[in-house]
Amino acid sequence: MLPTCVAMVLFIAIPIVSIFVQSLFIEHKKPTIEIEICDPFGCKKELGVDVEAYAAMNKEKPLGRFNGFKTYIDRNHLAFKELYEGWSNSKTFSEFSRTFFNLPFYKALIFTLTYTLFVTPFVICLGFIIALSINALSQKIKGPTIFVTILPMIVTPLMGSLVLFWMIDAEGIIGSTIQDLFNDPYLSLKASTKLTWITLITYGIWHHSPFAFIVFYAALQTVPQDPIEAAIIDGADRWQRIRHVVIPHLYPVAVFIALISMMDNIRVFEPILGFSAEASAQSFSWLIYNDLRNIEVMNFGSAASTSILTIIMIGILLTPVLIKTWSEFGESR
Amino acid sequence: MATLADKKSKKLLIINSIFILAWLIIAAFPFIWTFLGSFKVREDFFSRSDWWYVISGFHTIIETGGRYTLNAFREAWIEGEFWYAARNTVIVTFFVVTISLFLGTLGGYALSRSPYRYAFWILMAALVFRAMPHITLVSGYLFPFFQLNIWGILPTTIIVLVAINQPFTLWLLYSFFKTVPKELDESGMIDGCSHFQAFRYIIMPVMWPGVITAGLFSLMLAYNDFTVTAMLLSYENHTMVPKLQSYLGTNQHEGNMMWAVSSVVSATAPLFMVVMFFQKQIISGMTTGAVKG
Repeated sequence: MLPTCVAMVLFIAIPIVSIFVQSLFIEHKKPTIEIEICDPFGCKKELGVDVEAYAAMNKEKPLGRFNGFKTYIDRNHLAFKELYEGWSNSKTFSEFSRTFFNLPFYKALIFTLTYTLFVTPFVICLGFIIALSINALSQKIKGPTIFVTILPMIVTPLMGSLVLFWMIDAEGIIGSTIQDLFNDPYLSLKASTKLTWITLITYGIWHHSPFAFIVFYAALQTVPQDPIEAAIIDGADRWQRIRHVVIPHLYPVAVFIALISMMDNIRVFEPILGFSAEASAQSFSWLIYNDLRNIEVMNFGSAASTSILTIIMIGILLTPVLIKTWSEFGESR
Repeated sequence: MATLADKKSKKLLIINSIFILAWLIIAAFPFIWTFLGSFKVREDFFSRSDWWYVISGFHTIIETGGRYTLNAFREAWIEGEFWYAARNTVIVTFFVVTISLFLGTLGGYALSRSPYRYAFWILMAALVFRAMPHITLVSGYLFPFFQLNIWGILPTTIIVLVAINQPFTLWLLYSFFKTVPKELDESGMIDGCSHFQAFRYIIMPVMWPGVITAGLFSLMLAYNDFTVTAMLLSYENHTMVPKLQSYLGTNQHEGNMMWAVSSVVSATAPLFMVVMFFQKQIISGMTTGAVKG
């Protein structure tokens, strides 16, 4: 019991504190030194990086120099200054929006939100329809059907997106068919931002629907039969029965699915790598990954600031849910 | 629903079957296609001229003499050192599952028998971990790990994965142990068992369904993980998923794309097997987490 608690504190609290501390620091300014470079045409003095001094500084203070909250508002994060300048310098709204979309943080924000807002409702609808249809199947073929249905969900997103990517790539089956259809040999998903976003969203729906299906399917088994029979006696057709009996019963479940799938969609990351869509679609997770992926130059400060901002955003999103759960637990006590 | 509600018109039945069929094709076709393609050479799977080559193996026949070739698999596993990544995956998965089940059963049992209401806090922790992108946590771990010089090795990764997984495992097992009647172990204790004996002789024989479900989820998490393993393991120690991604980085090299294709097939096959066998447990686990939560 106690070890579990200690472990949890250790692994939840410490990383958060750690990223917060990291976010306040920035890498050292590289100390410069005058080096004499001689070639056959004579010698000249140049400024170069003093590698030894830099290493010593890093050893002494591995976090870098203290930067306060400046990292949060630099160009790569909240970028208040750039936003303000963009606002005052641009005459039309479209000019401002161009500035806006060129800032990495807001670019990621827009993509993440669009992705979440499109994927979540589609996932709920599609999952619900699949659950209804499979529920109507005969017992014998239900098992295999469910197995195939959950396949897109259980493979890791990276592989799932790769498998799709190879098909819709210009050299894959769907990609080349589309090129033939539109008679445009240069039509490619990578070429346009819009198409990339549509692909990513389609992938998201494909990947998440099975989850919604499973939860809906389980909940469908608990729908009481009496109201349905009563509705039939009252002359309700199939659609009316679903609309007025089944859907109200499943409403709490749908809220739950919406919550979980929103959480998953906000941290969308691996599909971006799988579809090699970095150029036109970036999410928060990808920004952090991008700061850290090069072992030689890791921007701990920048990555940590993005992490903190992400956590704050998710916190805002989750607060109503937490409050609701809290009060429910309070009632049941 | 085998009552009045079951009477349906024929038209509806047909629409329903067509829809299900369409969905099944959408869900399964990409996997089948990749599976077929992995036994071909690159020019067939990524052919601009004719997609039928993936079935007929036009270039494969020219290059290797047969319609199917295992070249992609052979090269990826041996030259690409995929076998080493597979070995790492097995180690990581095995230890993550064992450790999180060990901690989870003891913790879940203790929590379910304790008079206090921990449920809320476990649920909260599980929710928070579910909501936070793993990469934010990883960026927190990364720096201390560099300083402590424990970055890049398997044990660190295993511990982190266990930690990420633990709240959910604990929640699953907690709700499972709640369904095991208290009277069962109380009767044992009346007969003179200690707490641990009661656990060993009375609870352990009945806990397997819950443990298998929780184990499956840890297994899927550890097996499928990309973020943690890619960031916390050095290149030599990569598990299968990050390894796969590293093949993509150098797609100028002709063979590498096929390496990736064949390793996707090799990595998904065992997972599909597991799911086929344990489908019921996975679904029941998801619904415990969902409907009761």
